[in-house]
Amino acid sequence: MKKLIAMLLAAALVLTVFAGCGKTEPAAEETTAAPAAEGTAPAIKIGVTGPLTGDNSEYGLAVRGGMEIAVAEINAKGGLQIEFKAEDDEADGSDKAVSAYNALKDWGMQIFAGAVTTGSSLAIAPETVNDQIFMLTPSASAEDVALTGPNVYQMCFTDPNQGAAAADLMKEKWPDATIGVIYDSSDAYSSGIVDGFLSEASELGLNVAVSDAAFTQDNKADLSTQVTKCKDAGCDLVFLPFYYTEASQVLTYANTIGYTPTFFGCDGMDGILNVEGFDTTLAEGLALMTPFDANAESAKSFVDQFKANNGGKIPNQFAADGYDVIYAIYNACVAAGVDGSTPAADVCAALQEQFATMTVDGLTGTNMTWDENGMISKTPIVVVIENGAYVPMA
Amino acid sequence: MQILQYLINGISIGAVYAIIALGYTMVYGIAKMLNFAHGDIIMVGAYISFCVTNYLGLPAWVSVIAAMAVCTILGVVIEALAYKPLRGTPSLAVLITAIGVSYFLQNAAQLIWSSSTKNFTSIVTMKPISLMDGKLVITGEVLLTVATSILVMVGLSLFTGKTRTGKAMRAVAEDRDAAQLMGINVNRTISTTFAIGSALAAVAGVLLCSTVPTLMPTTGSMPGIRAFTAAVFGGIGSIPGAMLGGILLGIIETFSKAYLSTQFSDAIVFSVLIIILLVKPAGLLGKQIQEKV
Repeated sequence: MKKLIAMLLAAALVLTVFAGCGKTEPAAEETTAAPAAEGTAPAIKIGVTGPLTGDNSEYGLAVRGGMEIAVAEINAKGGLQIEFKAEDDEADGSDKAVSAYNALKDWGMQIFAGAVTTGSSLAIAPETVNDQIFMLTPSASAEDVALTGPNVYQMCFTDPNQGAAAADLMKEKWPDATIGVIYDSSDAYSSGIVDGFLSEASELGLNVAVSDAAFTQDNKADLSTQVTKCKDAGCDLVFLPFYYTEASQVLTYANTIGYTPTFFGCDGMDGILNVEGFDTTLAEGLALMTPFDANAESAKSFVDQFKANNGGKIPNQFAADGYDVIYAIYNACVAAGVDGSTPAADVCAALQEQFATMTVDGLTGTNMTWDENGMISKTPIVVVIENGAYVPMA
Repeated sequence: MQILQYLINGISIGAVYAIIALGYTMVYGIAKMLNFAHGDIIMVGAYISFCVTNYLGLPAWVSVIAAMAVCTILGVVIEALAYKPLRGTPSLAVLITAIGVSYFLQNAAQLIWSSSTKNFTSIVTMKPISLMDGKLVITGEVLLTVATSILVMVGLSLFTGKTRTGKAMRAVAEDRDAAQLMGINVNRTISTTFAIGSALAAVAGVLLCSTVPTLMPTTGSMPGIRAFTAAVFGGIGSIPGAMLGGILLGIIETFSKAYLSTQFSDAIVFSVLIIILLVKPAGLLGKQIQEKV
């Protein structure tokens, strides 16, 4: 009897371990969109690598889904056609990313619209420099990616740029506020934003009263001290550049002690309204910069199309980034007059010239321009939570 | 006034550590094993309470009882299946098993409740007491946690001191073989210890998440490690020691965050621990036990 129980338990344990792996999607690497229409110039070949299977497939599949919509829209218009292909790199920054990239090169890729994750982008970027292939990553936010070479560009904010954008916005909306900053010093994303924020804030002369209220992965269980610090310093604007998990904790504690400043978050805050059991009334008035607002009127046709293609799933910022990447590349290609017959190195040179001067409006921001390093500057979308939903900030 | 507010914050989190540490110390004192899965039982307790209030819509006190019942059964089952067969094997084997159980519970929780964060609704509905124009705020959670931890400490001391089962526990703790020779059922005594320890873990889980509302499968692990530290700090095996250790740890942690550095607070807390253990190797209230040769 005891043996039997032991066996059952062992079996249960094994099942538990494997059940977590069961969600991987079948490898779907072939995603070739409409080939060139007859009688026109050959279609330009754009490739992307990202995690299409495995733990991070959420991101890769979202980017691919967004890109597919853009490609389909563009090809339906006539004119310059795009041939598109996504390869799986499993978000593995070592050999897999480079071999996925090489597979795309063998296919004849002229423009690289990846990689989705920072690790893979860092592995692939030096290759694109050698090969003279234009690279525009939708979602790798580390500064090092863009700094790899002159042909590497980013669609998402780098972390310090996002912090600087937050400071600019505060200067505009709350010029007299006493500002407190709480952040996660053990996280590259959070501390990157804070670095950019503090240097911009001191330039703009913002009144930052608390900037040392940090926490780490190990001691984030209790954030009451950090909130109390901001309260004692009389901060009426508290900047929370970290993920919504910890933010819900801060908001709950602030409410408990009756502290009601304006809270301001970054894109990591996106998702706070979906935390199960979280009293969303606590988030009323919370402002956040989001790269993409799925409820916005301008995004409606994209959101509907994405839902139709992906079983009702609402697109996230990665999908929107992917969509914008394709349009930015398309606009540049049209302006430069390149097509499928132009060698990749010439496409690269032509696009670099275009990206230096062009301005694009997209789903993830308006007035998008790129600096000489390939880092983006754009007016972020700022929303305020009212009645449990995002509304654009007045 | 600041300093008083930080003191209250420290006592608040410290009292939670204390209740967790009481569970650790009970099990260690009697079964002579470090139950590293204790922190994860806390997490299970919190999830049960969350589900009962949010999905079944029952009142908070029912959820606490449900959490205690589930955790008690879970604790006894874990003990019977994972630890009992290893009785008599080197303590390292049991330790590693405990780590395995800890991971098992975390992964199982991830499967059942998914890894996305849930926000625990505090079981306390009392309005916070605001003193000195809101400069000093005492929340209902603080009062409840401190009261519960004192109650639990007194209750456990009385239980181990006065009742038959409690005396049996102390006997087993003192000398397992001799206790067995005196007719004490060692296995049953250890099972009872696990039952009590796990019920305490459920209470700790509910209080922890009422104080710090983030609930996810790894919620119990960091507080568990801190509480273990607190138990060692106060003298492992000693019931008042666990209480003292927990509160002190909470206060030191909060003060070092408030006045020294938020980022190095852990380093400071653990340095204090090392210094105290250098001076008093058995912990603050621990008994110096002579090793038998």
